[in-house]
Amino acid sequence: MNSASKKKFSTDEKIVQMAKNVHSQGLAGNDPLFHVPSRTLANVNFNEVKRIIEMGEGKTAREFFNLGQSKKFMQTLLVAEACKRLVHAGKTNSIRDLYYMTKHTIAGTRENTFDDQAESDPIIEDLEVTLDSLREELHLFASNKGAMVGEITVVDGGDVIDARRMGTGGWSVPSIVEPDVIQFRECEAKFILLVEKDAMWRRLNEDKFWRQHHCILIHGGGQPPRGVRRLMHRMVNELKLPLYVFVDNDPWGYYIYSVVKQGSISLAYESRRMAIPNAKFIGLSSKDVETFQIPEEVTIRLEDTDIARAKEIMAYPWFAGKKAWQTEIQRMLSSKVKLELEALSAKGITFASDEYLPRKLKDKDFLD
Amino acid sequence: MATAPDAQSMAKRQQEISVADFFAKNRHMLGFDNARKAMLTAVKEAVDNSLDACEEARILPEIRVEIRKVEGTEDHFVMSVRDNGPGIVTAQIPRVFGKLLYGSKFHRLRMSRGQQGIGISAAGMYGQITTAKPVQITSRAFKSRPARYHELRMDLKRNEPVILEDREVEWPWSPTGTQVDITMKATFFRGRQSVDEYLEQTAIANPHASFTFVAPDATIRTFPRAATELPPEPVEIQPHPHGIELGIFTRLLHDSPHRSMGVFLTSSFSRVNSHAAGQVCKASGIALSAVPGELHPEDAEKLFQALQNADLPPPRTDCLAPIGVEHLLKGMHKELGAEFYSATTRKPAIYRGNPFQIEVGLAWGGKLDAEGAARVIRFANRVPLQYQLSACSSTKAVMDVAWKSYGLQQSKGSLPVGPLVIMVHMASVWVPFTNQAKEAIADYDEIRKEFKLALQEAGRKLGSYLKRKQAAAGQAKRRNIFNAYIEEVVRAYQSITLEDGSSLREALLETSRRKTELAEKLEAMKHHEAPEEIEGTLVIGSDGLPVTLESIEAAAETEADESAPGRIDAGPEEPVEGDLESLAAPVHPAASHKVRAPREGHSEPAGPVGTTLNLFGEDEA
Repeated sequence: MNSASKKKFSTDEKIVQMAKNVHSQGLAGNDPLFHVPSRTLANVNFNEVKRIIEMGEGKTAREFFNLGQSKKFMQTLLVAEACKRLVHAGKTNSIRDLYYMTKHTIAGTRENTFDDQAESDPIIEDLEVTLDSLREELHLFASNKGAMVGEITVVDGGDVIDARRMGTGGWSVPSIVEPDVIQFRECEAKFILLVEKDAMWRRLNEDKFWRQHHCILIHGGGQPPRGVRRLMHRMVNELKLPLYVFVDNDPWGYYIYSVVKQGSISLAYESRRMAIPNAKFIGLSSKDVETFQIPEEVTIRLEDTDIARAKEIMAYPWFAGKKAWQTEIQRMLSSKVKLELEALSAKGITFASDEYLPRKLKDKDFLD
Repeated sequence: MATAPDAQSMAKRQQEISVADFFAKNRHMLGFDNARKAMLTAVKEAVDNSLDACEEARILPEIRVEIRKVEGTEDHFVMSVRDNGPGIVTAQIPRVFGKLLYGSKFHRLRMSRGQQGIGISAAGMYGQITTAKPVQITSRAFKSRPARYHELRMDLKRNEPVILEDREVEWPWSPTGTQVDITMKATFFRGRQSVDEYLEQTAIANPHASFTFVAPDATIRTFPRAATELPPEPVEIQPHPHGIELGIFTRLLHDSPHRSMGVFLTSSFSRVNSHAAGQVCKASGIALSAVPGELHPEDAEKLFQALQNADLPPPRTDCLAPIGVEHLLKGMHKELGAEFYSATTRKPAIYRGNPFQIEVGLAWGGKLDAEGAARVIRFANRVPLQYQLSACSSTKAVMDVAWKSYGLQQSKGSLPVGPLVIMVHMASVWVPFTNQAKEAIADYDEIRKEFKLALQEAGRKLGSYLKRKQAAAGQAKRRNIFNAYIEEVVRAYQSITLEDGSSLREALLETSRRKTELAEKLEAMKHHEAPEEIEGTLVIGSDGLPVTLESIEAAAETEADESAPGRIDAGPEEPVEGDLESLAAPVHPAASHKVRAPREGHSEPAGPVGTTLNLFGEDEA
């Protein structure tokens, strides 16, 4: 399905068409199947021009009469059915609600259609790519994860939110932040700082770092959810703000930066509205231990899985051509240690706000 | 001061010990050790005699066993066994029932149940010793005459019967027949090593016989016959020289009416022709013309040795009458309620000059107890052996077999575990028992080897069935998964399109059936087996009827049809519960589900339906 033809159909129509295909395949005595675009590393390409990860054309057949796929086939259709009901009723539900909408005991058995949400979430993503519909087009959203404060005012569902007056907790970033829900108003911020974790974000908020440095402070509770990524994407593009990523110095931190910048492998189809190719990596960097005289005691030894993961990341096409990054990761590998954001506290309670970040910003000590 | 006894005074105390006296003091040797065992042994002796007599007279046996408590006593019982056999002529009755070691079986080499002629008179003797009551015998030997009733007492000193009563009585039961009543001290019980178990096992090994058992509480249990053909009449043979012992040989020499050694050798033994007789005499330095009865003991031993060393053809084996595969299957099926049966009859073999034949039957699954070790039921010449399980050659053979390779569980050197009954049978003109009570078969290498081979043969059939069943269960499981998901898919389809999904359901169910069937065939090919019946086996469906290939197919059709009705359109029909539940439950093969078509020519258990007043197997639990 190419992008030209897809817009001709509504989500509703696409779901109906999907079910009718099952019917015609079944009646022809064939094995009913869906072609599900693969959400794997093998099926993503790095677009050198756009500098984002894009999904390839690779698809896998999900067959009903294949013992290993039969249940997933059935689950995909159940999720589609639930989405069709949501679309039809004009309501939106969380993906957790959808799990409960589709969960039941299969008639005459002791088996459930879904055993937990971890089983239904990937099916939703499969359905998104199969139908080429965005999650909001399926009337679904994820639970809020991540918070924001800073020198900006936004309108959220008609309510004016002054991010300068959000107290200690910040504004909870919703899952769907499309222009019909969120609009931007006054903004004095000069940049956006994405912090990996809530703890460091709280530190910076308490120190009013964002007021001092005129920025927007946002965190995504680890790997930022789609809502946070989409919001940053819009702010970067619509407000022309640079984005700096402040994460742990470990392979997981590198990957968070990678996802924010180029897009993720499993959600590669979302890159074009979420990836921020101009994002910069502010830290922690493996050279910071030396630069900032961070005591050795607060470093953590790399585990075997860390080493393997670091090597994997080094080999990603979007890292492979970057000398600075190869040096960065190689340095971590040879020092055999990793570093958490909180390690900065060893240098003083407000070290991150007062020294580390100001110095990095001043020196423009970023990795691209 | 008392003087030491001299030879003369000692001689006064020396007297002949009568056989009866001897056995009275050593009754454990005959199986009358205790009150528990006495009842079983007595029933067994009487029933064995009845069966032998019926078969010899070519009458289909109908045997009734009744045990009743003597009123006013705690532990005195009357055992009464009645048959429809040929009866016993009046002149013989006192000696048959009142004299030990009197019988027609001892001096013949012929396959029969009783071998020594001790049995029934020993039972009578036991009764007399413990209750002082006479043995009562009623027998009708001629259709045209009434029966004769006898009461006998045994003179233990002289081993002679004493007739207490002898009169004519009515016999309304059958044209001819015999009933023996013995009052004895005993205990009555059910379960292992009980009269119930003995009759059940006897019924298995003798599917041509019918039994009725009336217990002291007046409950009646019947064992209808499952076959109407009598076992072939066993042929009587002369002993083979390699199978006899010196003592018996010497006695044969002395009792011989023949005037020359040549004639004696050729006519008293099988497989000794005049050439062989000449060779044997030459080797032992004895003239062919020597008179057998006058041979010096030393010469007799030389002659015996020469016979043992002589190169003689093996004994004839046509004297054996095995139960046969068909009757083994029928016998087990009618009493055991299993799901699968296999049976094997080995070719005759020889131990110590005696021909013998081993048979094995296996029953698996169904109502059999899945907990614990397999149950071994042993038979010698169709007689159940209920004691000394571990001393028996057959039990050792069972433990020798690697049952794991047939899909059963087994720890090394022990009985296999699971819902399994192992039936072993040795047919021989002379079954070597470990003791006089005939409870365990002696462990000769040749015998153990034959047991093992037979067990392996039957085991392979079971293994192949279990493997197939497993494959079928895999397919059934797969089919059940598809069929359960089909309902979900159809329901989602209907909700999305708002169109009727019944044609989709039908099409998918059909594809499901086709796909799993194909996989099933491929699976069978993997095991290098055509999907047809295994020879010498019987598979019983859940309805209790034998399963055939055609009925399996019919069942598959029915199953596919029955899983079709949907749950969405709330029609009048009850939704059929899917079979996915059976995934968690113990596997039931698709093959034995819902099978209705009976095997062609299968003979239903004879006897009127509902004659089983006491629920079958109720006391077995």
